[in-house]
Amino acid sequence: MSILHDDDYILAPDRRPLSALYSRNARAVIERGFRVIKSQNWVVLVSGFFEPVFYLLSMGIGLGRLVGSVQGPSGAPISYAAYIAPALLAVSAMNGAIYDSTWNIFFKMHFGKLYQSMLYTSLGPFDIAVGEIFMALFRGFLYALGFTGVMAVMGLIATPWALLLVPAAVTVAFGFASFGMAITSYMKTFQQMDVITFVMLPMFLFSATFYPLSVYPEPVQWVVEALPLWHGVELMREISTGAFSVLTLVHLLYYLVMILVGLAFTTRRLRALFLR
Amino acid sequence: MVTSVRAAQPVITARNLVKAYGDVNAVDGISFDVPAGESFGLLGPNGAGKSTTMRMIGGVSQRTSGQLDIMGLDPELQGPEVRAHLGVVPQQDNLDEELRVRDNLIIYGRYFGLSRSYLAQRADELLEFAQLEDKAKARVDSLSGGMKRRLTIARSLINDPKILLLDEPTTGLDPQARHVLWDRLFRLKERGVTLVLTTHYMDEAEQLCDRLIVVDKGQIMAEGSPAELIRKHSSREVLEVRFGTDRNAAAADQLDGTGDRIEVLPDRVLVYSENGEESLEVIRARGLRPMTSLVRRASLEDVFLRLTGRSLID
Amino acid sequence: MTEDSAQRLEVQAPEVSAAKARRWGSFYFMEHMLRSMRAYAVTIIVTSVGNPLLYLFSMGVGLASIVDRSPTAHFAGVGYLAFAAPALLVSSSVMTCANEMMFPVMDGFKWRRIYYGPHVTPLVPGQLAAGHVMAVGVRLLVQCSVFFLIMLAFGAAVSPTSWLIIPIGVLAGMAFGTPLMAYAARIEKENFQFSMIQRFIVMPLFLFSGTFYPLETMPRAMQWIGWISPLWHGNQLGRLATIGLTEPLWLVAVHVVYLAALGVIGMIWARRNYARRMNA
Repeated sequence: MSILHDDDYILAPDRRPLSALYSRNARAVIERGFRVIKSQNWVVLVSGFFEPVFYLLSMGIGLGRLVGSVQGPSGAPISYAAYIAPALLAVSAMNGAIYDSTWNIFFKMHFGKLYQSMLYTSLGPFDIAVGEIFMALFRGFLYALGFTGVMAVMGLIATPWALLLVPAAVTVAFGFASFGMAITSYMKTFQQMDVITFVMLPMFLFSATFYPLSVYPEPVQWVVEALPLWHGVELMREISTGAFSVLTLVHLLYYLVMILVGLAFTTRRLRALFLR
Repeated sequence: MVTSVRAAQPVITARNLVKAYGDVNAVDGISFDVPAGESFGLLGPNGAGKSTTMRMIGGVSQRTSGQLDIMGLDPELQGPEVRAHLGVVPQQDNLDEELRVRDNLIIYGRYFGLSRSYLAQRADELLEFAQLEDKAKARVDSLSGGMKRRLTIARSLINDPKILLLDEPTTGLDPQARHVLWDRLFRLKERGVTLVLTTHYMDEAEQLCDRLIVVDKGQIMAEGSPAELIRKHSSREVLEVRFGTDRNAAAADQLDGTGDRIEVLPDRVLVYSENGEESLEVIRARGLRPMTSLVRRASLEDVFLRLTGRSLID
Repeated sequence: MTEDSAQRLEVQAPEVSAAKARRWGSFYFMEHMLRSMRAYAVTIIVTSVGNPLLYLFSMGVGLASIVDRSPTAHFAGVGYLAFAAPALLVSSSVMTCANEMMFPVMDGFKWRRIYYGPHVTPLVPGQLAAGHVMAVGVRLLVQCSVFFLIMLAFGAAVSPTSWLIIPIGVLAGMAFGTPLMAYAARIEKENFQFSMIQRFIVMPLFLFSGTFYPLETMPRAMQWIGWISPLWHGNQLGRLATIGLTEPLWLVAVHVVYLAALGVIGMIWARRNYARRMNA
């Protein structure tokens, strides 16, 4: 606590790229995230795990009795529960990532005012974006681990490849989270946020989650095949049965591109999102 | 007081700052300098553009045009570098409601990349400073309004800032807390910390500011020290007389020449004058009998109302 | 503020205001709530139309294509679309009502404190609760009617008594909504209780109340969820109305009485909690 002199008031610029937006301190945002998890009610954290499990129990067991078995990705018949379980994991990865990167961001921006206080420190918007995406993926990782465990207990896993469901779920989550923030940057009111729900719900219902794509006429199939969730669902299904093909690579490539484009998009929109 | 050897160079230089929201210019061509160690005030009615100016200084709002230089850097291009030396008290407390009181200080310090060992010690010092030692483990939402304000102010000091931006720092505080805060701010000033503050309280501006600008509708209306501004835009004293709501206007017609300037308000008449008692004598000598009369020194509030008008602004 | 203008506006006598408020206060507040719903009118309209279309198409048409193929699946002699449709209507009504009885109630007491404006007028807290419920009732009525029309378009309502699904949907929504409102009125601090209700009550009820398949299809150990669930009682009544499901008369009576009782008890409890909280 020394006395300040004029010389103390001369700063040197930082010439690294992105220095206006990034202070290489995303770990401080992550540290905050973990401290919140530690001090919050654990039930809140754990509860996110149940939704896909309830769906699996209701549709897999109840509806499964009526439907019997369906054709799996390899062509061999599998139980209805085994058919929808990997799809539900993809949906839950998508929902969690979208929630964390849209509603959660929007709320902390406009109501919790959390980011206003963060931005007045040496953090830049990029640090916050990276930290928050990391926390979203961490939660996604925990839920994917739990859900894969439930699948194992219910006897829905027949191949060691199924362990890859967890990293694949994180990849799907990353794809959606990297886009979500950029989209949130265009939202001004709660009403506009509802648009996100209107996009998500049809994607959930129509992406071959509960029944095969073949029930649709061909043009509808093309539309669905362009949607990210369908690639996630198919990727998970192939992993859960170990029935890999060249399509598996297509799905992965889809997500790789989605992540890169999404991150570039979000980075471009950071000023609009945080520095109004 | 700390006086520097050479004329203090400005640590904040603003030239023709403009911030447009749609087709409204919230800040419309503001220029000013703040030398090192000065305590600089922004006064103005609601919506005058004070908070927006503060946000641009911190580089958290993109300016539409104009130049801004903070300690040699442009906050928009070097946001993290600039803010590493700033402390900010926003108008509304934005504490992290999901963290406990002491964790609010520690995590905020982590955003500056400060070490945990430094923060552990600094957090305790600041809790003492804010008289919140026994609330260290409490949840933020259990604090009273005054406690939250004190915690926000303590938090702004975590990085030992060179420039402290205070946006209406004492709004909502009781008189005791205000005086404690003034004392703390004065001590920081003695250490050479540059203070930039906005306030609605004219007494606070007179107490704390070496120099200030009065802002209205995004533009600077006046600039100077509090004493200069009073000299320039007001008389030394003000005489307030009341004749009754129906008769003020009629009586005012007969007050010509009793002071430098007469202002008629619905409930009273103000006579701006170098000597209020003398003016009152003159009024009485003219046979007018005010129901009540009051002589007081002119204040910054008179200047403020003169410059920004009396109609309500929202 | 022209006090002395020639024609002074005369205010109604305070006694008249008080008497009118006693009689019509709930409706005054209902009007307030309906007007504030206009802020999200677009959302209400889009969901009212979009949800039935999406669900009927994906469940009733898409899912039906694999369910109807199965030899073990038969639903009171109708296809899967007609079987699922009334339950989807009732579910959507219950979920909407649940949402309207959580955050908006908290908004009234705590966030924007909208209840406390009328509270210092001649209105009493019980009327605020009733007005809120009536406004939500109006919304449900609109939503269920739109859903019903879309059902008709899909050919999913075959019985002549099908229109009864509209009041049944509103009733089921209220049976779940009013007790929830009473509970929400007691919450001082929102610590994720609403998310927990959403995840551990609303969602399981939607999934385990015989919405997608007859309750008897579920393992016996889980069927009790349906018996206590207003959703199952609503679903069954809905199927009675739209596809001519047959049930013993006593069971039909149980459905109606159970739903009505929940709604009435919830309303009484909510009025009491509103009065307690606001007059404390």
